[in-house]
Amino acid sequence: MSTPLTINGQSYTVDLPGDVPLLWVLRDAVGLTGTKYGCGVGSCGACTVHINGEAVRSCQTALEDVDGDITTIEGIGTPDALSKLQTAWVTHQVAQCGYCQSGQIMQAAALLAENPAPNDADIDDAMQGNLCRCGTYPRIRAAIHTAAADMREG
Amino acid sequence: MSKLKTITRRTFLISSAAIAGGVAFGVYQDRKTPPNPLTAPTGGAALNPFVLIDQNGVTLIAPRAEMGQGIRTTLAALVAEELDVAWDDITVLHGPAAQAYYNGAAIAAGLPFKDYSITEFQHGMGQNLDFVAKMVSLQITGGSTSIRDGYEKMRHAGASAREALKQVAAERLGVDRATLSTENSHVIATDGTKIPYGDLAVAAAKIKAPQTGLRDAATWKYLGKSMPRVDMVAKSTGTARFGIDTRVDGMKFAALRINPRLGGKMIGFNATEAEKMTGVDRVIDLGNGVAVVGSNTWLAQQAVDAIDITWGDAPYPADMAGILAKVNSALDDSPNSTLRNEGDADDLPAGTTEIRADYTVPYLAHSTMEPMNATAHFTGDRLEIWCGNQAPVLTRDKCAEIAGLGPSAVSVHTTFMGGGFGRRVEIDYSIYATKVAVAMQGTPVQLTWSRQEDMRHDFYRPAAAARFRGAVKDGRAVLMDGKIAAQSTTREVPARLMGLPAAGPDKGHVEGAYDQPYAIPNYRITGHLAEVGVPIGFWRAVGNSFNGFFHETFIDELAHAAARDPLEFRLEMMRDEHAPSATTLETVRDMSDWTGKTPDGIGRGVAFTYSFGTPVAQVIEVQQTDDGIAITRAWIACDVGVILDPSIIEAQMFGGMIYGLSAAVHGEITFADCAVEQSNFPDYDALRMHNAPAVEVQILASNAHIGGVGEPGTPPAMPALGNALFDLTGKRARSLPLMHDFDLLT
Ligand code: FES
Ligand code: FES
Repeated sequence: MSTPLTINGQSYTVDLPGDVPLLWVLRDAVGLTGTKYGCGVGSCGACTVHINGEAVRSCQTALEDVDGDITTIEGIGTPDALSKLQTAWVTHQVAQCGYCQSGQIMQAAALLAENPAPNDADIDDAMQGNLCRCGTYPRIRAAIHTAAADMREG
Repeated sequence: MSKLKTITRRTFLISSAAIAGGVAFGVYQDRKTPPNPLTAPTGGAALNPFVLIDQNGVTLIAPRAEMGQGIRTTLAALVAEELDVAWDDITVLHGPAAQAYYNGAAIAAGLPFKDYSITEFQHGMGQNLDFVAKMVSLQITGGSTSIRDGYEKMRHAGASAREALKQVAAERLGVDRATLSTENSHVIATDGTKIPYGDLAVAAAKIKAPQTGLRDAATWKYLGKSMPRVDMVAKSTGTARFGIDTRVDGMKFAALRINPRLGGKMIGFNATEAEKMTGVDRVIDLGNGVAVVGSNTWLAQQAVDAIDITWGDAPYPADMAGILAKVNSALDDSPNSTLRNEGDADDLPAGTTEIRADYTVPYLAHSTMEPMNATAHFTGDRLEIWCGNQAPVLTRDKCAEIAGLGPSAVSVHTTFMGGGFGRRVEIDYSIYATKVAVAMQGTPVQLTWSRQEDMRHDFYRPAAAARFRGAVKDGRAVLMDGKIAAQSTTREVPARLMGLPAAGPDKGHVEGAYDQPYAIPNYRITGHLAEVGVPIGFWRAVGNSFNGFFHETFIDELAHAAARDPLEFRLEMMRDEHAPSATTLETVRDMSDWTGKTPDGIGRGVAFTYSFGTPVAQVIEVQQTDDGIAITRAWIACDVGVILDPSIIEAQMFGGMIYGLSAAVHGEITFADCAVEQSNFPDYDALRMHNAPAVEVQILASNAHIGGVGEPGTPPAMPALGNALFDLTGKRARSLPLMHDFDLLT
């Protein structure tokens, strides 16, 4: 089955059954490996991407159910042109192993798009679906606060 | 027996065990430098196994694997400090599997000395054992040893390369080498002439590097400061390549199912349905399981789940009752070790009442964020493997055997690891990938485990049981007698991976209990080894991960019996025994404004563990909320001897603590019908943003030797939390995980 997709502003066509989760379409067919596999059951957030700006778990989104433009970590910023959120991540030296961080950043980006000044409770609510086995939570929290302040300044 | 004889005998036992696999080289070979495994880039040169220079700049080899601990950054900073390279100009690579990258400290860490009271003589003995590691090509990332191994070695690599570059420049300019200086990858003459390293490297690699000393710490530019991590931008943009991100032209994707009864065989399987499924190329018999190769990992997972398989039995009891009976009964066997035996621990001191407590902790999975995976390509006469791993030489040699090749026909590409925690010392995932690649000759295949396979086929932190007795008098502990039983990680893993026999007292089994800096007049710790058959492995902090909980919970029980403040009680026994340890406790007391009193609804606990050369004290605060008991705040003080990178040390300390707290709250692997019952994060969860504490870390540097940082944050977390819950609820936490006995916010 041939399915057209828009990912990070580019058009792709993939030839896979409709029940394949978007995660595995991105990773194994499109070759965008920034989005990670952690659990496959919606319990870790490593696979978080945006569809029409909303954070979704790509391991729980079948290809046939994708109904909008997809943004992955590769579409948020690049090493030469970091987004403000990513700059905050670097400033606070958040990542340890780094494996969960694509999902953390995508989840945080969706939070900040909706709430430009989240407090700690807002961060707890938005981020608790994203597991980090290295325990980087204190620095994720600090980076979100910094990014929020930077983005408000414009 | 004199003290010296005791030490010699123990050392002999350990070193003979360690070198049994490779002793044939003979000691004389130690005097030879291992060959440089790097090939020179065109127009450039490898000055030693750690420094590559060409016209594009300087590439440093950090031969320890990056699993989140920041090791690439600090190893690079050690070389750069002496080499005078601008931080932004450095490229850091892991490098190949090679003897040149042996880890000397990993062997020295096996010596049965209490680190806090180690003498210069003993420290030197550890360094002599360096040759053992070299002989067995022990290229291992583990035991929090990377910096202890590299602290001098990496600086010497930078310094000798610098002096060789200066020597060549001196000859070219016709001046004395001593008049030259170096800066930003250039040699600079007194008249201002600057020669880039790239122009000197080829000639410098041909000469014998002049001997030179190391720079004084007071002049350090990079060391001692928080450097921007070399992997940080990549890890914030999704561009860091983990094993699972390996992409090779023409590759296929595979999934597997291995016998859930661990160590058992496969009796038979029927793959008729699976073979017909979309995207499936091949079904491969792995002996104790099956793999499906196809066009997409998920399609391969669906197909492998559709295979009907008959499994054989496992070599251990079917359920927890049977397994724990074996662990508990070892407590009554004669001990393997009595590494601490002071005073008279048999008799109860006069005028005291005996205090007794029994403790248990469960098996634990590593549960790295990136599930096990490896990519392999077999062409008939060569094998290439890409994976995150903590032991590249071992991976190379074992996979070569499977593929029927010599080690030199195998290349191992060590990628970033999405977590290691000890799991990736193992080579099972690389072996399965090699088997698949051999069956698929000519086609590269990436074999990815589902989370379920990962969790149910780990090498687990062993379950452990302890029986403690003690007594207090006049506000002090006068007796502490602890027995600890578990399967032996330090024996079972080397035996399984390298066929190394082990003998003598097993230090790893009792570390975190026998080697703690408390002055207690009657003090005995015995280790009892249980034979169970469940596959076990190195889990962050190893024996300390359970002994820290046993020892520090019991100390708290003694303090309570003595009606003393638990922090002051510890401090008093520690001051005379080891000053830096006492200072960490005082520091955490001051950081947390510890008063020994907490308002209603709030509890605080303290714990201390000296592990991997680093004393760490933690205070944890818990609070009763409407949603359960929350872990709200934490304070950590540690003494690492020499502070190389404060930001990385801080991250390891709080990360290690959160890893320990996650295990304390949720971690539990149980068996039914010989199979692991947990399978994914919903039933093996960890702390998350909403229930991880806010944390403050202070790093001290007064200890005698440089200590490890990757593991020491983990052990005190579990008892500190348990002790805080006691303060809050009056109920003593004697078994983990705590979610069974306490209403915790999850
Ligand atoms: S992989 Fe999708 S939530 Fe874990
Ligand atoms: S940084 Fe390792 S899992 Fe989050």
